[in-house]
Amino acid sequence: MSHSKAATIFNKDENKVNWHDKALWFVRHKRDKSVHTVKGWEELRNLGHGIKAHTLSNLDNYLIQFEENAKKNGVQVHWAVDGEEHNKIVHQILKAHQAKKVVKSKSMLTEECHLNPYLEADGIEVIDSDLGERIVQLAKEPPSHIVLPAIHKTKEEVDALFQEHLGTKPCNGDPQYLTGEARKHLREKFIQADAAITGVNFAIADTGGIVVCTNEGNADMGAHLAPVHIACMGVEKLIPKQTHLGVFLRLLARSATGQHITTYSSHFKKPLKGSEMHIVIVDNGRTEQLSRPDFRASLHCIRCGACMNTCPIYRRSGGHSYDATIPGPIGSILSPGKDLKKHSSLPFASTLCGSCSDVCPVKIDIHSQLYKWRQLITKETPQPIIKKTSMKMMGNLFSKPLQFEKVGKVARWSLRNLPKGVINSKPNVWGKERDLPLGPTESFDEWYKKRKKNE
Amino acid sequence: MKVGLFIPCYINQLYPQVGKATIELLERLQVEVIYPSGQTCCGQPMANSGYEYESVGTCNNFVENFKGFDYIVTPSGSCAYHVKKHYDIIPQTDAVTKVRNTIYELCDFLVNVLEVKNVGARFPYKVGIHKSCHGLRGLRLGSCSEKVTEPYSHIGTLLKEVLGTEIIELSRKDECCGFGGTFAVTEEAISVKMGKDRIQDHLNNGAEVITATDTSCLMHLEGLVTRNKQPLKIRHIAEILNSVVD
Ligand code: SF4
Repeated sequence: MSHSKAATIFNKDENKVNWHDKALWFVRHKRDKSVHTVKGWEELRNLGHGIKAHTLSNLDNYLIQFEENAKKNGVQVHWAVDGEEHNKIVHQILKAHQAKKVVKSKSMLTEECHLNPYLEADGIEVIDSDLGERIVQLAKEPPSHIVLPAIHKTKEEVDALFQEHLGTKPCNGDPQYLTGEARKHLREKFIQADAAITGVNFAIADTGGIVVCTNEGNADMGAHLAPVHIACMGVEKLIPKQTHLGVFLRLLARSATGQHITTYSSHFKKPLKGSEMHIVIVDNGRTEQLSRPDFRASLHCIRCGACMNTCPIYRRSGGHSYDATIPGPIGSILSPGKDLKKHSSLPFASTLCGSCSDVCPVKIDIHSQLYKWRQLITKETPQPIIKKTSMKMMGNLFSKPLQFEKVGKVARWSLRNLPKGVINSKPNVWGKERDLPLGPTESFDEWYKKRKKNE
Repeated sequence: MKVGLFIPCYINQLYPQVGKATIELLERLQVEVIYPSGQTCCGQPMANSGYEYESVGTCNNFVENFKGFDYIVTPSGSCAYHVKKHYDIIPQTDAVTKVRNTIYELCDFLVNVLEVKNVGARFPYKVGIHKSCHGLRGLRLGSCSEKVTEPYSHIGTLLKEVLGTEIIELSRKDECCGFGGTFAVTEEAISVKMGKDRIQDHLNNGAEVITATDTSCLMHLEGLVTRNKQPLKIRHIAEILNSVVD
């Protein structure tokens, strides 16, 4: 389904749209308040951008350095070219440990690789331990946001969901009761787990360590209790030095939720005594994106979600309308690189207002990339013939001033003289909910010429 | 100083009063303004729809018409931005580079080239400023709420000096109105919702008039205001600045 179709459906319930818009705007507002207390914020963004650009330009070397150091620390490192290979690797590690129960902290990468269904097919239970993720998992839905996976669900909906799956009492969506119950439920799962899977926010080349940021401490709970910890990361998570965390942790927390620092920035370096730690490094299309000069900066992304919170379209269409693992502005420049045809409507789901690029902590030129994808999409995917020809006609018309004035005359006459019912009728999508301007009798052009004559 | 006036295609055809106000205002400020008769459009409608390559003829026509001026002024931030940012699809001759460097949105031109603030206008209404995105985040005609910078606004600077005008504060200072060119029809539902929300913000804060640097945003907002019979007038900033005290 195209983005606009899904968005139209989402907009059938205006109250829900208003609620969704306000919830996310609130997060954007918190972000604003928090970044305005940092004097060198724009400088920090420049640094974040620069470090990421440098890392991506030397990615091969940093990856090798990271692997060496991680191995020295006693971590087992695996490489996966795509999602399929990633899933196989994780599966094998779990099999070797006869792990049947797995807890997972938030990881968009494992979403992207569809790890859960892969493991579940072999009878392995995978519990998403981030509260928001657990909610969407129970609802059998994908996350609708990368930081706030269940932001599309009201607390009343969560109440109903928990009653059905966790046997809670009806509570009119009382958040305290619901989180308390979720906590009990998840504690149980943490204690039983045979293995823990986490994502990675930053992988540090010069130490071989990784950092996972959570607000619920669920990555720590999982990794500390289970005998095996598997951390899955895309190649772009790398940063050269431990000291660079000073830049990125500040950028990430403030941009994501307006917090000064994420509640838990957990550093994992080596396995606990008697347990194992694995890191799976995944490409899955990233090096291909890296090879595209116009789009490589999309790999700077630190997944803060700020571009979603600020996007006026995302806020009013919901994350699911993008039908992609990563929704919103950043998703709209990443997804076409994976499947141009399937995601061809996404770069058009934008007014190119540019708010995403200005809010982005690592200064990705998101809206310029949207524009560039549009140029490619019209050339490389089938386009409605009417759009193609009308663009060609427009191009011709605007190249020839005389013709342009003639056509304009007819259009103005029509706007003035045809009944509103005709002007705002079916094929005119503009007119469904908006009036067209009343056509003036003379164009500016005509007025100017007359004025000159009378001088 | 010879100034070439660019009147975007839809202003020429649908909102000639904006063009008239622009030319009268500039002439009142002693600027020699010429409106080259062969102009049509800047090419943006095609380019933003992904058909940049169909706009090459339009871009060339634009450069041909405007290469001979010291400055190009237009009552549209969006068009000025398009010429500056996207005219890299045609060979960068001296003429093209010159055109890209000398095109100004009207308020930008008044504040930064003519260095005037008070244009002697009177407009006794409560006015809400809609900060059109391409002018704002593209041309940086004002500070943007996402960035940590000193606050400023060219349109605000000019409006502040207008006699009788009271500028109202919005809850969301610079959210997009949802026009977005073909977006307005291809994503009709969201476009309309965004427009409605913007208008509501102005109404909630007591605006009687909405103004902007771009007629395209205003056409979209006016279409909604008229359809929903809301108590708001829509005026391009040129029209306000040209409301002279008798
Ligand atoms: S693109 Fe930028 S703003 Fe969007 S999620 Fe990534 S880092 Fe955050």
